[in-house]
This record gives sequence, structure tokens and C-alpha cells, in this order.
Amino acid sequence: MAVPTDPILLGRNLGKRYGAIEALAGVDIALRSGEVTSLCGDNGAGKSTLVKILSGAATPTTGKLQINGEAVRLRSPRDAQQVGVETVFQDLGIAPHLTVTENVFLGREIPLPGLLGKLGMMDRKAMHGATGDAVSRVKINLPGLDYIVESMSGGQRQAVAVSRTIIGRASIVLLDEPTAALGVQETSRVADLIGRLRDARVAVLMISHDLPMVMELSDRVVILRHGRKVGDIDAAEHTVDDVIAYITGHKVQDQPRHRAAQEIS
Amino acid sequence: MSTVPTVSTSPEVESGALPAPPTPRATRTVSLARQLSLAGVLAAFVVVFAITGTGFLSQETWNSTTQYASEFLILGVAETFVILSGGIDLSVGSVVALSGVCGAWIMSHTHSLGTGPEIIVGVAGALAVGVLVGAVNGFLIAVGRITPFIATLGTLGIAAGLANVISGGSPITDVPGQIGNIANQSFGGWLPALFVAALVVLAFGGWLLRGTRFGIHVRAVGSSLSSAREAGVAYRSVLLRNYILSGGLAAVAGVLLLGQFVIGSPLTGANDELNAIAAVVIGGASLAGGRGSLLGTVFGAFIISILVTGLIASHVPAFWQEVAVGVVIVVAVFIDQLKDRAGREI
Repeated sequence: MAVPTDPILLGRNLGKRYGAIEALAGVDIALRSGEVTSLCGDNGAGKSTLVKILSGAATPTTGKLQINGEAVRLRSPRDAQQVGVETVFQDLGIAPHLTVTENVFLGREIPLPGLLGKLGMMDRKAMHGATGDAVSRVKINLPGLDYIVESMSGGQRQAVAVSRTIIGRASIVLLDEPTAALGVQETSRVADLIGRLRDARVAVLMISHDLPMVMELSDRVVILRHGRKVGDIDAAEHTVDDVIAYITGHKVQDQPRHRAAQEIS
Repeated sequence: MSTVPTVSTSPEVESGALPAPPTPRATRTVSLARQLSLAGVLAAFVVVFAITGTGFLSQETWNSTTQYASEFLILGVAETFVILSGGIDLSVGSVVALSGVCGAWIMSHTHSLGTGPEIIVGVAGALAVGVLVGAVNGFLIAVGRITPFIATLGTLGIAAGLANVISGGSPITDVPGQIGNIANQSFGGWLPALFVAALVVLAFGGWLLRGTRFGIHVRAVGSSLSSAREAGVAYRSVLLRNYILSGGLAAVAGVLLLGQFVIGSPLTGANDELNAIAAVVIGGASLAGGRGSLLGTVFGAFIISILVTGLIASHVPAFWQEVAVGVVIVVAVFIDQLKDRAGREI
């Protein structure tokens, strides 16, 4: 269990309306460095909407965001990356015909110094080296950095996607169903990988339907239902059945205004 | 091949991130085996035509084949970039015509400048026309969101029509003869100037594709537009620049053919976009984007060219050449799909 520290990310009263549909309403959330928070809920509960807001892919209709104690407005994934938020969406954001190195550095290639860099030439050596470091930190075996991702397994692709977040020096990583459609063995490898992100003091938020994994891996579990937060619980003190009760609406926390939520004025 | 079990643990398998088909591990999208088999096919054609053709293994055949291949090599580089980005450029053939006609028209109206300057102005004008058509294509596709097939089908018609309008429907012959001397010279008897130009374009294309950020972004956009966008790739700018490159290269081919024939004809380049696309597809590229290689395109362009010069040397009527090229395209793609299916069923 993590020592309570100041949250690195704070969201208060977050809401999103798509026309007549209220996808998310009045949600408070706090993420801490070195803590894994899981986001659970039925389909349509608002999980993806919340992750989109935190990743800059969607702008909230209501609410405020603070990162490292400063108010931020995220208008694009680029904005989010600049304040240390990296997202691995379900499609992993991978270009299958590119190599591992090219994928890891896609959109943030290192130019060569001087005129050659201005001509668009890249420092392949530096990119290769940094990718090698990042990949060795996620500890999933890849056939090689110059191999195209198309030929790799789901877990290996996940490792490439997470390596991107390491290159981006993310302090907050959002994972949208990281183990969906993965085999048993690959799922446990990805779980290890998330554990290593936590060990590196990264704040992790993941959406997952795999409740046993959620309970095993998370410090906190946030449960959404019909766009509202119905539970924000300590994983160590609860069971899978508790989470299911929250998800299905058999149990509702009597709004335990999360300590974090009151810190934003 | 894969040792990892693929038992699904999620009810939402349909929503993306499916496990990869067990394709062999590779560093390139067009495999070494594919490149070698293309080289084999090319060698086989040489052997067959050496037997059936009269005087096929000669300096003359080499020169005519490389000269003939030059246009398809340059247009092939253009199409390789466009097809890698997931698009297609049907307008390159008529850009060859329009840029050649415009170059000739400018030269025929600037005799007062003197031979050197009129050639320079004519060439610059021809290249500018190609860049302009490419920019129109890129704008329609990147900003106007018109599919590449339709957008470039439109500019194909516009460029071909304008070539006829400007030339009055017949070749412009009032151009300095020196351009013929330049374009038709040969270095050491074995290296026609056109072929040298094509090799320069190839080297430039290879550098762009492998050495620059632009090359990676072109392949990324064709491989997965959504991923490229999420990664912050300025995909609109990439597409715009890609079609400008394609139009510009087509104009280079137009200038070379203007030099070779010493006329600006609205008929030059007609339908040549089809042979260029064929060269790229024979070379292993996928029209879905992301997959393709310049080396494959080189083999494709030479296979098409050698079919033409070989059939001529073998005294086969010219009409059969188109049939032969068509058969090669269909067979090449068919074999590809057979291998693909086999790969997925393992």
C-alpha cells in the first residue's frame, strides 16, 4: 500500500455531455505517483469518456483538472503529453508496418544536429539507443528493434506502446483495457509491466474488465455507473464481489467526498 | 509458429487490439524472399528473351531498356510514396504530358532569351506545373477529404485536357534541338542520360523514405492513420507534401521525355500511370498502404520494360505487350494472396 502523498493529478466535478446524453457527471478523481488506480464499470458507464478527458482527447463540459498542483486545460493529446500524461488507447496507437524504434519515436523523432536535421534527417543511433533502454525497462522480449511490429504478438505490441510512454517521460500513464484480447500468459506479462511502471513512481490509471487482475494490481479502484462515480475504494480492503456490487448498482458508496476532491478550490 | 496461446480473457474482443496473425518476423514490409523472387523473374525473362529474341543480349537492348524503364522508374518512385501513404495518384501520366507541353510552349515563346536561358525557363516552368498539380491533388485529399482515386481522376482529366488546350492538340516542335543532345547523350555508351536521371531520383527517394522523418510519417499515415494522428503526426501536411512530391517527379519525367523526343506532345505519358502503379504492385506494395519498397518498384519497372523490349526483339506484335504486362500483374498479386492466405491458416 502506497504511502499517502499529494495527488499528481486531481480532477473535480468532471462531466461530459454529448448533445442530450450525459456521458459523465460530477466525477472526482485523484491519481498518485507510484499508485495504480483501476477504473471499473459496465459498458456505457463513462470509463472511456473519463480517460479521454484526462488524455486530452475530449474536453470536459464541466469540472477542473490539476496536475502537479497547477490548473491545466488539455485541448489535445499533445497538450496532455506536455504535462506528462501519456495514454495507451485500446488500438495501442501503433503503426504495424513501422519498426519498433520507428513506432516508439513516432511523432517525436530526434533530428540530427545542424543542417542535416533541418533537412529532416534523424538521429537513428540516439533513437535506437533510447528505444533499447525503454524496451529493456518493460522487460518483454521483442525479436529486435528493427523488426516491424506487424509480426509481433499482442503482448509485444503492448510493450511497444508502453515503451512510447517511457520515452515521453510520462509521470501519468492511462491504459485503456491493456489486456483486452490477450492470452493468459501475455496478460500476466502485461500485469508485470504495469507493476514496473508503479515501481518507477508513475501514476497509472487503467480501465479493465478483468476484476481478479484489477484487485491484484490496483491500489485503488474507482467504479462508475451511468456516468457517475459510485465507488472509490481501497483495493486491499475489498473483494471482487464488492466491486461487482458497485458495478451492478447493488451497492453505492454514500458519496465519500474523496479527500482529494476538496483540495481544489 | 507462435508459442503463445491466444485464449481471450475479455468479452470485448471485437473492439480493436486483436492478436497479430503469426506472420514471419521481418525488418521490412516487403520480404527479402519477395525481392529475390522478383530478381529471379527478371533473370528468367532475360534468359527467355536471349533465346527467342534476335540480338537481345546487346548494348543496344540494354540502352533501349534502361531508357524505356527510366520514365517508369521515376513515376514508380512517385507512386511508391503515394501508395505507401495509402493513396494513389492517377494523374502522373497526364502531368507528364502537361509539364512537357508547358515546357515546350515556354521555350517556343522565349527564343529571344537565347538557347541556355530559354531551356532553363522552360524546364523551371514545366516543373512548377507538376508541383502545382501535385499541390491541387494534395489539397483536395488532405484538406478537402476527397478520396485519392477520385481527386486524382479529376486532375488526370484536367491536366490531359489543358495539355491539349495549350498545344492545340498537336505536338509543339518549336523547341531548341540542344535539349535532345542533352537528353539523348550516353555516358560511356552504357549509361543513357535518362537512366542516370532516374538513378538520381531513385537515390533521392531512398534517402527520403529511409533517412528522413517525412519518409517515416508517409509510411505511418498509410499504415494506420489513427495511430499517426494520435502520435501527433501532422498527417495533412504529410499528405500534401507527398502529392506535391508525386506531381513534381511526374514533371521531371515530363521534362526528360520532352528532351528525348524534342517535342512537347499532349500524347506523351498517356496511360503511363497504369504502368507505374503496376510496377509498384508487382514490387510487393499493398494498395491499402504501409507496405511497399523502392527496390521492389525497381524490379517491377524493369520487369515491365524488359517484357516490352524483349517482345519487340522476339518480333511479337506490339499489341501483345499490354496483354503480357496485364498477365504479370495478375499473377504477381495472385501469388501474393496465396502466400498471405497460407500464412493466416498456420
